[in-house]
Amino acid sequence: MDENKELKEKRYTCKCGKKDEFLTKLFDTYLPIKDNLIQMLNEVQEHYGYVPKDVQMELSEFLKVPVAEIYGVVTFYSRFTLKPKGKYSISVCLGTACFVKGSQKIMDRLKERLKIDEGETTKDGKFSIEAQRCVGACGLAPVFTINGKVYGKATVKMLDEVLDKLEQE
Amino acid sequence: MKTIEEICKIREDKRKELDLRVNTQSDTREKHILVCHGTGCTSSESPKILENFRKILKEKNIENVRVIMTGCFGLCAKGPIVIIRPEDTFYAMVKPEDCEEIINTHIIEGKRVDRLLCKDIDGKIVQSLDELNFYKKQKRIALKNCGVINPEDIDEYIAFDGYKALEKVLKDMTPDEVIDEIKKSGLRGRGGAGFPTGNKWELTKAAVGEQKYVVCNADEGDPGAFMDRSILEGDPHSVLESMIIAGYAIGADKGYIYVRAEYPIAVHRFQIAIDEAREYGILGKNIFGSSMSFDVEIRLGAGAFVCGEETALLESIEGKRGQPRVKPPYPAQCGLWGKPTLINNVETFANITRIILNGAEWYSSIGTEKSKGTKVFALGGNVNNIGLVEVPMGTTLREIVYDIGGGIPNRREFKAAQTGGPSGGCIPKEHLDTPIDYESLKEIGSMMGSGGMIIMDDTKCMVSLAKFYLEFTVSESCGKCTPCRIGTKRMLEILQKLCDGKGEEMDIYRLEKLALNIQRASICGLGQSAPNPVISAMKYFREEFKEHAIDKTCRTLECKAISKIIINEEKCKGCGLCQRACPVNAIEGKDREKRVINQDKCIKCGTCLTNCPFKAIGN
Repeated sequence: MDENKELKEKRYTCKCGKKDEFLTKLFDTYLPIKDNLIQMLNEVQEHYGYVPKDVQMELSEFLKVPVAEIYGVVTFYSRFTLKPKGKYSISVCLGTACFVKGSQKIMDRLKERLKIDEGETTKDGKFSIEAQRCVGACGLAPVFTINGKVYGKATVKMLDEVLDKLEQE
Repeated sequence: MKTIEEICKIREDKRKELDLRVNTQSDTREKHILVCHGTGCTSSESPKILENFRKILKEKNIENVRVIMTGCFGLCAKGPIVIIRPEDTFYAMVKPEDCEEIINTHIIEGKRVDRLLCKDIDGKIVQSLDELNFYKKQKRIALKNCGVINPEDIDEYIAFDGYKALEKVLKDMTPDEVIDEIKKSGLRGRGGAGFPTGNKWELTKAAVGEQKYVVCNADEGDPGAFMDRSILEGDPHSVLESMIIAGYAIGADKGYIYVRAEYPIAVHRFQIAIDEAREYGILGKNIFGSSMSFDVEIRLGAGAFVCGEETALLESIEGKRGQPRVKPPYPAQCGLWGKPTLINNVETFANITRIILNGAEWYSSIGTEKSKGTKVFALGGNVNNIGLVEVPMGTTLREIVYDIGGGIPNRREFKAAQTGGPSGGCIPKEHLDTPIDYESLKEIGSMMGSGGMIIMDDTKCMVSLAKFYLEFTVSESCGKCTPCRIGTKRMLEILQKLCDGKGEEMDIYRLEKLALNIQRASICGLGQSAPNPVISAMKYFREEFKEHAIDKTCRTLECKAISKIIINEEKCKGCGLCQRACPVNAIEGKDREKRVINQDKCIKCGTCLTNCPFKAIGN
């Protein structure tokens, strides 16, 4: 029991000595069973914007699952990323309904303007691009989202305007 | 905890209170303003509309009007939608700043706000929901409560016969009788394959094992499909109730629902439904005083299409990479943690309560000989009325596209409809009159699929569409078996060659051969069906494939590498509209001069094409 407590204490404390409140809460909410891995990773991704290597190691210790296996799961699911996203994470929906309505043009333009590819982040850390499979707002197709805000019935012109605004910031 | 009597009392009282939702003649002085809160409308500010309504009503001290959030009304293209009951007035594309006018004119003065009334495709102004052509040929069974009740209020669900089916099952029916009823109804799995639901239940019940599970598959990965999401958002309790009934029938006490994390609203509402049901004692131990216990947990997906395959889904619930298992054994014998597991799709579950309440005979009277009941489709793409439609099986594609969908926008021609998403195929013009049911679709090389239906007009290139689907399967293939992992990649490479104008005639035969091998040798549904979009596109649009391979042209200009946009000098009147529309300033010329496209700058987006009033631009 005491050993567990010590382990817990160690786990919640970052190398810099600061307690990570998020992890403390996470490990308190979930039981250390392997089935919970994906649920926990979802929360980690949401909180940090990616799944840091350190956290994978913490999870490995907590769930008694090898890091390799956790890494396997993280890389399998497209929602989990190993690198932080940009300040503005732009996702273009490439679901069929949006594709038919020309979302590829939006994507091409976005890549051309930011000079990065899908899944990458600009050097200044401001923008990242992602391809998304269907946000479910097919009535507004084509759509792109910036940090979760949906821009519906999108056009290349509209994208340019939004980017102009964000770039000036 | 509530007893059956208490629930009956809630049902009776609440039903009277909510009569105006379904009865336009209801004699009440109350009014309900229903604001759609499906994902589509929420994305266009419907929460703000709801808030504004409430604020204004409070400011003006109006008392007998309630503002309620509901699930999807179906006509997403006209969102955000506001409906006022009991008079059933339908306001489309409402903006937050319109709320004041609606309250002043409609609620206080009792007149309609003409400017916001919905216009039908034929230009006719529609006063109420029923008048819309969009709804005339529909039959709502699975979507019965969507757009009628507040999905976050269990009492409203109970008011419209909610949990009555569960009550009936627990009180008057044995598990075998329940399974028999489902079998007699002829209900088939709505996830795509169409396996008879009753048989699945029977197999799981017959399987040996103390512990059994019920799993609801809400991993709606088909891009362009949003039926399951809408049901979960609009009527989560009906899915929950059916899961409990399934638990009773097969002898399980635990259920899981596996939902995509991309559907935050659906997850949120389903969690509320679970919490409410627990509070009422509908989930938990000794449900309604019986010996039956059942509980449900939500499991989130993390963005993997393959997890819609039942065995991959089970792996994912267990916290592993979502790689399919080899079948047999089927989940009915050896599923979650090796225990017998019943897996059904959201829409399948949504039908169960209606079957139990109205009887198998009623259900089997709808639909065709082998496909009973209704099917929900997410109608999208190049069609006027984008949205959610539920039609009896056997309705023809023409009825869906033209009568319900309102035809193709911009006076374009219908080219094809894709059903079944990346696992299905396309249906060309010649087959517009095919009745939509499991068998007929299979016969013409497509499949029912989960219900995505994307309509394409004549500006769409079928080769590039086939490529699009292959790109999808390549990135979503889990990599477990070679035919799917490598085969689809090779197919994609060939298609890419065709689109780049580097293909040859042999490539078409290579594609066919590869497709056949992948279909035969892959271990799961994803791989086995991955070549379908290519095969059916090649079957019906072979000419286009040949043009790409031999003539190196793309008639739709979609394949940019082999298309060149030019302005016809004779037809150009020098109006300059194209120039203004061009996003990259690639069109040169000034005043009334004839315009010329600078090919170095042109990105072939086609904007000029749609903007030319003289049809002077082409390839």
